[in-house]
Amino acid sequence: MTSSKQALARSASSADAAPGDQPGAARRAQGRGTPPRGPDSWRSRLYRWDMKASPYAFIAPFFIFFGAFGLIPLLYTAWYSLHNVQLSNLDQQTWVGLDNYRNLISSDFFWTALKNTFTIGVISTVPQLIMALGIAHLLNYKLRGSTVWRVVMLTPYATSVAAATLVFVLLYSWDGGMINWLLDFVGVDPVNWRESTWGSQFAVSSIVIWRWTGYNALIYLAAMQAIPADLYESAALDGAGRWQQFRHVTIPMLRPTILFTVVVSTIGATQLFGEPLLFGGASGSKGGSEHQYQTLGLYMYDQGWIIGNLGKASAIAWTMFLILLIVAAVNLLITRRLRKSQ
Amino acid sequence: MRTSTRGSRRLVALAAAAALTTGLLAGCADDGDDGSSNSDGGTSGGGKTTLTVGTFGVFGYKQAGLYDEYMKQNPDITIKENVTTRTDVYWPKTLTRLQAGSGTDDLQAIEIGNIAEAVQTQADKFVDLGKEVDKSQWLDWKTAQATTKDGKTIGLGTDIGPMAVCYRKDLFKAAGLETDRAKLAEQWKGDWSKYVDVGKDYMKKAPKGTKFVDSASSVYNAALGGEPERYYDKDANVIWDKSSGVKTAWDASMEVATSDMSAKLKQFDKPWDQAFANAKFATVACPAWMIGYIQEKSGDAGKGKWDIAAAPTAANWGGAFVGVPTAGKHQKEAIALAKWLTAPEQQAKVFAKQASFPSIPAAYPSLKPQAATTAFFSNAPITQIFSDSAKTIPTQIFGVKDQPIGTAITDIGILQVEQKGKSPAQGWDAATKEIKDVLGQ
Repeated sequence: MTSSKQALARSASSADAAPGDQPGAARRAQGRGTPPRGPDSWRSRLYRWDMKASPYAFIAPFFIFFGAFGLIPLLYTAWYSLHNVQLSNLDQQTWVGLDNYRNLISSDFFWTALKNTFTIGVISTVPQLIMALGIAHLLNYKLRGSTVWRVVMLTPYATSVAAATLVFVLLYSWDGGMINWLLDFVGVDPVNWRESTWGSQFAVSSIVIWRWTGYNALIYLAAMQAIPADLYESAALDGAGRWQQFRHVTIPMLRPTILFTVVVSTIGATQLFGEPLLFGGASGSKGGSEHQYQTLGLYMYDQGWIIGNLGKASAIAWTMFLILLIVAAVNLLITRRLRKSQ
Repeated sequence: MRTSTRGSRRLVALAAAAALTTGLLAGCADDGDDGSSNSDGGTSGGGKTTLTVGTFGVFGYKQAGLYDEYMKQNPDITIKENVTTRTDVYWPKTLTRLQAGSGTDDLQAIEIGNIAEAVQTQADKFVDLGKEVDKSQWLDWKTAQATTKDGKTIGLGTDIGPMAVCYRKDLFKAAGLETDRAKLAEQWKGDWSKYVDVGKDYMKKAPKGTKFVDSASSVYNAALGGEPERYYDKDANVIWDKSSGVKTAWDASMEVATSDMSAKLKQFDKPWDQAFANAKFATVACPAWMIGYIQEKSGDAGKGKWDIAAAPTAANWGGAFVGVPTAGKHQKEAIALAKWLTAPEQQAKVFAKQASFPSIPAAYPSLKPQAATTAFFSNAPITQIFSDSAKTIPTQIFGVKDQPIGTAITDIGILQVEQKGKSPAQGWDAATKEIKDVLGQ
């Protein structure tokens, strides 16, 4: 106790003598190098311990929370997926080994859901990113009231999935919806947007596109503004037009950003859930009468929470996890290739 | 703190971080407590007991002012309602909380489609309310649905859904059909296929842009509600594929689905709501709770144009129960509240406000719909029609997976025929495949 008091007194005097960073820095150097002897040793041990331990303490909250809400559920889900577990009887679990997975592979609904996840993912992500790129390019021009345009771009992203989807359901309703009304206007037969396969997938994708295009556009815009202006100037001097500048200056400079948005959008598409669920209305978790827009996320929700078969739902969850790992690996490979080719 | 140095400041920071971490953890633990404090955390605030009531959709208790009334009568009780809008979200959540033994509300509403699951798998998680009330007050079949094999009643009946047919008098007139409710009821009495025949007549001279009925699945649900046999037998075996009730209801709905008399809407969807306002269909199978819905969605434009006729068969569609979970900390108070809420006088008040029909016949003579409702439905004798139906509804047996089986038939099987032009046989096959998936076969 006395030693620590002395230490406090000493350090206090040193702080008094030379305020600022110097004494601290000096002591830190001392702390890392040769440990001070005598009455200081307890303090220095504590100090070294502090140096080593406190970073862990600072990052601990994330890892503790990740463990509690990420890792343990993940492992527990794996355990569940090897059992027959009913939502109405959680305590009684019977070991079934890989039956749930076998069941899944032989189920048409699973393959439909996998296929739907892929097709909806492609027809929502690709146009979305291309449009975002174009819009960002336009916003990058000198515009009057550019802030207004940028805020407007972000509004769809700020609206909730539920609100947006409800509006789209009305637009796409097959009898009296605005889109079929417009089609009728130009002489096209009405489309049953919810029950036809392509119609429903297109409709779900359009909600995703509407919500996320502006968001991606702003990311692209931020990256575009970081491109040095002299690159454009020299390109212009070489006689490059707007389009050529876009192709040969903007796109190559944006490559890392584009890759980032592709990865994020792909993950988002794999987990697509809210839009098709709400688009389906009262029994949305089925994804239509022929499961024509049931994504993997919906299929898992339907199995687990509507039908109450938690074991199978867990097997779907793990399968989705594995698929995401594969997607991530493919992304990584492509990124590496692109970097090498640069 | 002039004595503080960087070193000791670091220590302070470390301590702060540690405190923060434990604080967060404590916060997390608090959360866990919070779950159960739904039921036990009520005693704060001067010895007042807070009771929570878990409901789904628009249950009507709050709307009818029952909570306020009860709190006025019992100043030491505060009531809080936890509403979950979607039934398909409400029930899984309730199931997990019941089994965890924490986080349940003091009173928990149970929908009719889930009552069998609750009775067969969660009976030990509910208080036996049969000992607290005179069970003979309720309709027999209603109490039977909430009672286990060994005689434990886990929920008190709230409303039921006795069936009628709501129709637009103006559209019927335009199509040259009978508009008198008694004569109409006579025309289709006894069989839903006679109702379909009226629909065929309607379509011959249908006013432009209108159809006879909103959807084939509403006919299915209405017809099935009058059949004693549904998806399960009394020993809890699945019999949906040989059930006579399912066959009758399926056949009636197929007649609708393969004709042009359906507006092909999906019930409880936005476009369905809109179709009420735009008078797109002339009839809808009308359990008592549908009345308030029609009134709300049709708006003033529909006033006096709607009428109600007795349904072909006495049937029930929907209804609910309230149970008291044993995990609750204020069981005595909760039981008292459950008894009060389901007593005849209160059921009558809910009917007056929401048109949810009472499950206690003693309440029937005193039922008074709102004047606006009566006027909306052309002064039809609403209580008379529904009481008559309620008293002759057959006892139906419900099973554990009743709801998903029903959804598979209506939203997969019937929908494929109605909206995708498949044959009834293809629709049945699709429903079969789906139900096998539901049952894990």
